[in-house]
Amino acid sequence: MQEPLLSIVIIVVVLAVVLTMAAGLIYVERRLLALWQDRYGPNRVGPFGLMQVMADIIKIFTKEDWIPPFADKPVFVLAPGIIMIAVLTSFAVIPWSPGFQVVDLNIALLFFLGMSSMGVYSVVLGGWASDSKYSLLGAMRASAQMLSYEVFMGLSLMGVVAISGSFSLVDIVNAQQRLWFVIPQFFGFVVFTIAGIAETRRLPFDLPESDSELLAGFHTEYSGMKFGMFFVGEYLGVTLISMMITTLFFGGWLGPVLPPFIWFFLKTFVFICFFILLRAALPRVRYDQLMSYGWKVMLPVALLNLVVTGGVLLAVG
Amino acid sequence: MGILSSLRTIWLILLHMFRRRDTIQYPEVKPYLPPRFKGRIVLTRDPDGQERCVACYLCSAACPVDCIALQKAVAPDGRHYPSFFRINFSRCIFCGYCEEACPTYAIQLTPDFYMSEYRRQNMVYEKEDLLISGPGKYHGYNFYRVAGLAIGGKDKGEAEDEMPPVDPRDLMP
Repeated sequence: MQEPLLSIVIIVVVLAVVLTMAAGLIYVERRLLALWQDRYGPNRVGPFGLMQVMADIIKIFTKEDWIPPFADKPVFVLAPGIIMIAVLTSFAVIPWSPGFQVVDLNIALLFFLGMSSMGVYSVVLGGWASDSKYSLLGAMRASAQMLSYEVFMGLSLMGVVAISGSFSLVDIVNAQQRLWFVIPQFFGFVVFTIAGIAETRRLPFDLPESDSELLAGFHTEYSGMKFGMFFVGEYLGVTLISMMITTLFFGGWLGPVLPPFIWFFLKTFVFICFFILLRAALPRVRYDQLMSYGWKVMLPVALLNLVVTGGVLLAVG
Repeated sequence: MGILSSLRTIWLILLHMFRRRDTIQYPEVKPYLPPRFKGRIVLTRDPDGQERCVACYLCSAACPVDCIALQKAVAPDGRHYPSFFRINFSRCIFCGYCEEACPTYAIQLTPDFYMSEYRRQNMVYEKEDLLISGPGKYHGYNFYRVAGLAIGGKDKGEAEDEMPPVDPRDLMP
């Protein structure tokens, strides 16, 4: 194992980079959305509007941190923290380059799936503790959506596990030396990406917070930094899912010429941009469509993929 | 087929990267405002440099929000003019009814809307703020040149296309 001091340095670096990325994504998303909608987005504060993030942070910190009198106070305060903790903890198992990760668990993949399930609690408790109709509806949708999409999120990854023969993310990346898993596991990749979008509650699956019908869904009653934590938690989730896609299907840090770090973040950024592109392009689906799509299309595809992968592996030996 | 349609949508939106952006960067790039734009109201003068307004009160009467106030006066040479003319721009809705009501093209709306003030009182424009030195949109028009009213230097029957006055008691053709 690593020395304690090195581990602490890595933890600090991971936290700093990830939180900076999440904050920066607020700016990146707005600019990219604008680019794809033929607008400019925030371009007034500082060069290219880069200081917009600072302005947003100052605004969100100086806002009144209002807790509704009818809310269940302890749970209401706790809920935004859970999502931050759950998502940030998941980053511990992702290898950014050879040797650079907080901890190399031999069950890293299960740890990631478990932590992403923990994120549901944040949403559900937040919506429940708010004690308002919209929040509750949003929370109910969130729990149903995330639970059902988690089923085949895990299943879609089992093909990867079967090929590489390990739950450790480092082993999975090393198993992709010759061929990225996106090719043998194409359907696994597609299912995982779609489940990841649903898991992070991004468009077109943002039903828990669908603005046009539920105000803001589960975080309707939140303001100030508590809302900020949900907000940053969403971007952390996007970063996390992008990093997982990179690690599991696109060879993680592997790549020619450039250093491993650069490759890892380059690939991650491509998927973050893809997530934002989805938001720019696709309308929100209806709730029953979301559910039937999950159970009637995605689950069978994931199962078939697993069966075929297993069969091929058995045949090849 | 929904999947193909979605993929096509994503691709088309991606292509928007290379489109020109529709936004006009407002403070740097000013939009073109046509001459008939209904903005800040002015009082114009005729080509001779005299006030066009004859203080007929039609604009004040037409104004749906009652933001125009004026007082008629008669100059020694017989011209009518407003002794004061006041527009409260914090009330004005820039509907342009005053311009349509005006029989002498005196009151006109201009393509200018940079009128913000920190004090509401500063939005009340007096006659010296409203009066401009030019004829506005109608360059050749001079009301007293075509009206029958006698003023100093132009007696009855001397206006354009006006026949000399007739004595109604005279039977001769």
